[in-house]
Amino acid sequence: MSTSSTSAMAPESQGRIRSDVSTVKGLRRVADNFYVRRVAKALFTVWVVSTIIFFLIRLLPGNPIEQYIARLIETQGMDYENARMQAAALFAIDLDAPLWKQYLDYLLNLLRGNLGVSITSPGTTVTSIIARFLPWTIFSVGIGLILSFTVGILLGLMMAYRREGLLDHILTIFASVVSSIPNYLIGILLVVWLGVQWKVLPIAQMRGTLSPGVTPSFTFAFLYDALFHAFLPIVTYVLTTVGTWMLSMKGSTIGTLGEDFVTVARARGLKDWRITTAYVGRNAALPLFTQLTIAIGFVVGGSFLIETIFQYQGIGYVLSGAIAARDYPVMQGVFLIITMSVIFANLLADFLYGWLDPRIKVG
Amino acid sequence: MDIIRGPLRWLGTTLKLMTYNKAGFIGFLVTLAILLMALVGPFFVPLDTKTKLDKIYQPPSTEHWFGTDHQGRDIFSQIVHGGKDVIYVAAVAAFLSTFIAVTFGTLSAFAGGAVDSVIMGFTDIILTIPQFPLLAVLAAFIKLDNLTLLGVFLGLLSWPALLRAVRSQALSLKERDFVEAARALDLGAGHIIFRELVPNMMTYIVISFTLAMTAAVYTQVGLVLLGLVPVSSSNWGVMISLAWTQGAIFFRDAMWRIMMPILAIAVFQLSVITMTRSLELAFNPRLRTMA
Repeated sequence: MSTSSTSAMAPESQGRIRSDVSTVKGLRRVADNFYVRRVAKALFTVWVVSTIIFFLIRLLPGNPIEQYIARLIETQGMDYENARMQAAALFAIDLDAPLWKQYLDYLLNLLRGNLGVSITSPGTTVTSIIARFLPWTIFSVGIGLILSFTVGILLGLMMAYRREGLLDHILTIFASVVSSIPNYLIGILLVVWLGVQWKVLPIAQMRGTLSPGVTPSFTFAFLYDALFHAFLPIVTYVLTTVGTWMLSMKGSTIGTLGEDFVTVARARGLKDWRITTAYVGRNAALPLFTQLTIAIGFVVGGSFLIETIFQYQGIGYVLSGAIAARDYPVMQGVFLIITMSVIFANLLADFLYGWLDPRIKVG
Repeated sequence: MDIIRGPLRWLGTTLKLMTYNKAGFIGFLVTLAILLMALVGPFFVPLDTKTKLDKIYQPPSTEHWFGTDHQGRDIFSQIVHGGKDVIYVAAVAAFLSTFIAVTFGTLSAFAGGAVDSVIMGFTDIILTIPQFPLLAVLAAFIKLDNLTLLGVFLGLLSWPALLRAVRSQALSLKERDFVEAARALDLGAGHIIFRELVPNMMTYIVISFTLAMTAAVYTQVGLVLLGLVPVSSSNWGVMISLAWTQGAIFFRDAMWRIMMPILAIAVFQLSVITMTRSLELAFNPRLRTMA
């Protein structure tokens, strides 16, 4: 996997063209820059995804706009012209313009942050819905992933150092079991066992993102309440991803321990702790960052079932509600935002990777 | 005689190689048991559909091995009948996604250049789009009421990670000595791919297939839970979905009704994933010549 990511970055311009014009050289340097390339790729992906969504909404037979028009005529007795106008307003699309113009308008609207208006709660813009619910998902998924990545790496390192011991066996079994059970089933299991059978947690009170009366502020009480409500989603994210990190880190560490530079570091008489952290740990954790980019997509993507199970009102909860109610503008906007946050998270992981492993920037 | 003896010996060696990893072999046996139960079981265990009001939510007993549900129906019979559809959809999806991944992954590795760049660029884009929300949104547009169609849909979207893995595998194999030798002997592309490369990638292909199956189980049950796939028949996912939407997960006595389908899916996933350790041994051509 790591070979593919490095070879994808191999610059096409190996042959150095001797140019007297320094601006061309400068431009080339900018284009070859690792960060510029990554940002360009991310923007390109965003463009592809929004284009796919546009054609799904606009061109598919029985597409949501046609369906919505038909529904308005049927239920509210509107004539075709009025229904069409209302649909156009909701989706922020001019239905009479030629298709290329509609597409251009759609892209411009996206750039301006205009994603249309919700069907089920008229008057609420999709952008405002996203602004209200997205922070909670970033909060819970972010904490969950960082926690599980850190814990997984530490445990994996420990397992590699004590391999074939009792602790290693127990942790390996634990890791294989939790990482193979679908995350939403773990979520349901948490509700069934912690909430209903053993009654350890007040699951009914833990629903939502905040208790009534608590407003966002920089106080301890607010933070406590936010964590109280996010507790179960975070536990689910940690439980379902930590196993993969543990097992990958264990394998990767065992591989690194056999490397020459570790032997040399030992021969040089470096302290064990320094060898473990700076030599073994850092090198062993590197390949895991490429996996992190895949994991982010998977967790954010799967979060909407988790949020629905715990009634945690993040963006995923909104998406599953919108899908159930066939609220297409909200669906389209939220899906776009989820995809964009995954792309952005990937970009961040790439930058982090470039910073941790200077080799890949040179390409 | 040789026609029978040959495959028998092959099977014997395979089984022997598989026992080298104990956990993997147990996973293999459990997977086999679940497959048998799901595919053959329905012919022996009739599906209990009769409502029996005096037998609601009974704990497991000799009469009802897994207890009874909210209508007093036997849960065991539902579990036996509920695996078929889940496994069928998963197999269709895994077959398609492995096929795409292996074909285009090797093509990408061997063609190189522009073909490689285009395939990998496309793969990277599909890989970054979160699959599950995309499927959920698509399912809202397109009616996925046919099991095969659902499987095809899942397969069409789940190949990118496998393709990248197959490509890097093929890239490293391409440079090996035996491939160089075959090329020097001018044995032709067909021979190189099917006699030299594919046997060496078989481990990878088989493991990819089983892992793709577990991924497809994950997505399809998730879609069922969201109520996006109108599957009417009894199915592990539908059982959980019904228990969830009817609020049974908040009801103490309903425990067996929720736990059994969850357990069925969890055990299936776990055993298939564990089985890959043994498959790794069984399909490794180097181990086979040693045994």
